[in-house]
Amino acid sequence: MVVSSIKSFGRYCAFMAQVFRAPEKWREFLKQLVFEINKLGVDSIPLVIIISIFIGAVICIQMTINIVSPMIPSYSTGLATREILLLEFSCTMMSLILAGKVGSNISSEIGTMRVTEQIDAMEIMGLNAANFIVLPKIVGFVLFVPVLCVLSMFMGLIGGALVAKFTDMISMENYVFGIQSFFNEWYIWYAIIKTLFFAFIITSVASYYGFYVKGGSLEVGQASTRAVVSSSILILLADVILTKLLLQ
Amino acid sequence: MIEAKHVSKWFDGQRILFDIDAKFDTGKTNLIIGQSGSGKTVFMKCLIGLLTPEEGEILYDGRRFRDLDTQQKRQLRTEIGMLFQGSALFDNETVLGNVMFPLKMFSPLSRAEQLERAHFCIKRVGLDHADDKYPSEISGGMQKRVAIARAIALNPKYLFCDEPNSGLDPRTSIMIDELLSDITHEYGITTIINTHDMNSVLGIGEHIVFINKGHCDWTGNDKNIFKSKSESLNDFVFASKLFREVKTFLEREYEAEESR
Repeated sequence: MVVSSIKSFGRYCAFMAQVFRAPEKWREFLKQLVFEINKLGVDSIPLVIIISIFIGAVICIQMTINIVSPMIPSYSTGLATREILLLEFSCTMMSLILAGKVGSNISSEIGTMRVTEQIDAMEIMGLNAANFIVLPKIVGFVLFVPVLCVLSMFMGLIGGALVAKFTDMISMENYVFGIQSFFNEWYIWYAIIKTLFFAFIITSVASYYGFYVKGGSLEVGQASTRAVVSSSILILLADVILTKLLLQ
Repeated sequence: MIEAKHVSKWFDGQRILFDIDAKFDTGKTNLIIGQSGSGKTVFMKCLIGLLTPEEGEILYDGRRFRDLDTQQKRQLRTEIGMLFQGSALFDNETVLGNVMFPLKMFSPLSRAEQLERAHFCIKRVGLDHADDKYPSEISGGMQKRVAIARAIALNPKYLFCDEPNSGLDPRTSIMIDELLSDITHEYGITTIINTHDMNSVLGIGEHIVFINKGHCDWTGNDKNIFKSKSESLNDFVFASKLFREVKTFLEREYEAEESR
C-alpha cells in the first residue's frame, strides 16, 4: 500500500514534468486554452449558481434557527452566513462539488482518448500528448476558478437574502447589516488562494488517472471514480494545511 | 528500410517476443501476419518505438532508434505515419480537422498550403465530400480512409498499419488494401501492415513476416506462401475451409503440371 502510493506519487510527478513544458505551438495552445476555459469553467457557472443560492439559503435558515439567544445580536445570522460562505463553502465545498463534475469529465475524456488510441496517435506523431492535452485544462481551470469562487460567495449571500426577503425569519436590514459587519477582506483572498490549489489538484489528478488508463470502457469509469475520490481526499488534506498556513 | 535485429520483449517476467530478425523493404507493402496473441502487435509497437524491447535493436534506414536523442526521435516521428486498428481519429475534430492536425502541429507550411495539402490527402482517399463531417458521422471504412489521409499528410517515409481491415466488410477491406498498396508504390513508402486477413496476404503481401508464439517462423511473399513447409504457417493459412480448398486445388494443379 505504502510502496504503491509512493510509486503513484513518483509517476504523478513524472507526469507533471511532462505536462509543464513549453507548448509545441503557442497558437494551438491558446486555442485549446480558450476551449477548456469555456468547457470546464464557463459551463460550471449554472451549477455553481444553483448550489450556492440553495446552500446560502440553507445556511441562513440554520443560523436563524440555531442562534436564538438574547445575548447574541440578530444581525449575527448574516455575519455567520457570510463567514461560512467565505471561509469554507465557496472554496472547499464548491471545489469538492467541482471535483465531481470537472474531475470526472477530464478523467473520462482523457481515458477514452487513451483506450481509443488517440493519445498513441499523438505520441507517434512526435507530440508531447500530456502537454498538449493536459496543460490547457490545468491552466484554463486554475485561471477561471477564482471567478467561480467569487460568484459562489455572491450567489450564496443572495440565497441568504432571499430567505430574509421571503420569510419572516430575519429582516433584510439585519441580514444586510450582518453580512457587512466585521468584514475582513483577507478572507476573500484566502478563499481564492485555496481555490487555486484545489483547482490544480482537481485537474492534475483527474488528468493523471485518465492518462494512464489501461483496458476499456469499464476501466475508464473506474479511473473517473478513483480520480474524484483521490482529488476529494487531497482537497481536504490541502484544506487543513492551507487553513493553518493562511489563517494562523 | 526498417530492420529488426534480435528483438526480444518481456512483460511482467513473461517473454512475448523471441529474438526476432526481420527486414521491411522500402516501396513495398510488408505484412506481419500471425494469430491473435502471437505477439505481432507487440512487435509492431516495438518497431514504432511505443514499446522498448529489452533486447535487440530497430534500425530506420540505418539509424539505430535506441541511439537517437530526443530531438532526433521527434524528427523521426514526423517521418512516421500510423493507421490504428480503431482509426484513432480525434472525436472533437472534423475529417478536415483530423487531417490538418499533424500539419498544424509540425508543418512549416502556411495555413493556405496546409489546407491545400489536407484537401489533397482527403481527395486521394476519395473523401472530398466529407470534409466537415465528424468521425461519429461516418462509416468504419470512411474512418479508416480518414486515418490513412491523416497518416500520409506529412509525406511519411514509413507507414504502419495495425489491422487496417478489422471490422470492415470484405469489399471495403479490399478497397483499403488497394489504397494502402497504391500509396506505398506512389510515394515509395516503407509500409508495414499488421494483419491476420488472408485476403490482404494474397492481395498485397509483397513481403510477409509470419510471427508464431513470439517467434519469426517464416518470411516470404504472397507467391510462395502456399508452398511453405512451415507447419505453423500452414495451420494459420489453411485454417479456413476456403483456403484448404484452394490448397487442394493448387496441389492438383501442381501434380497435373508435373505429370505433363
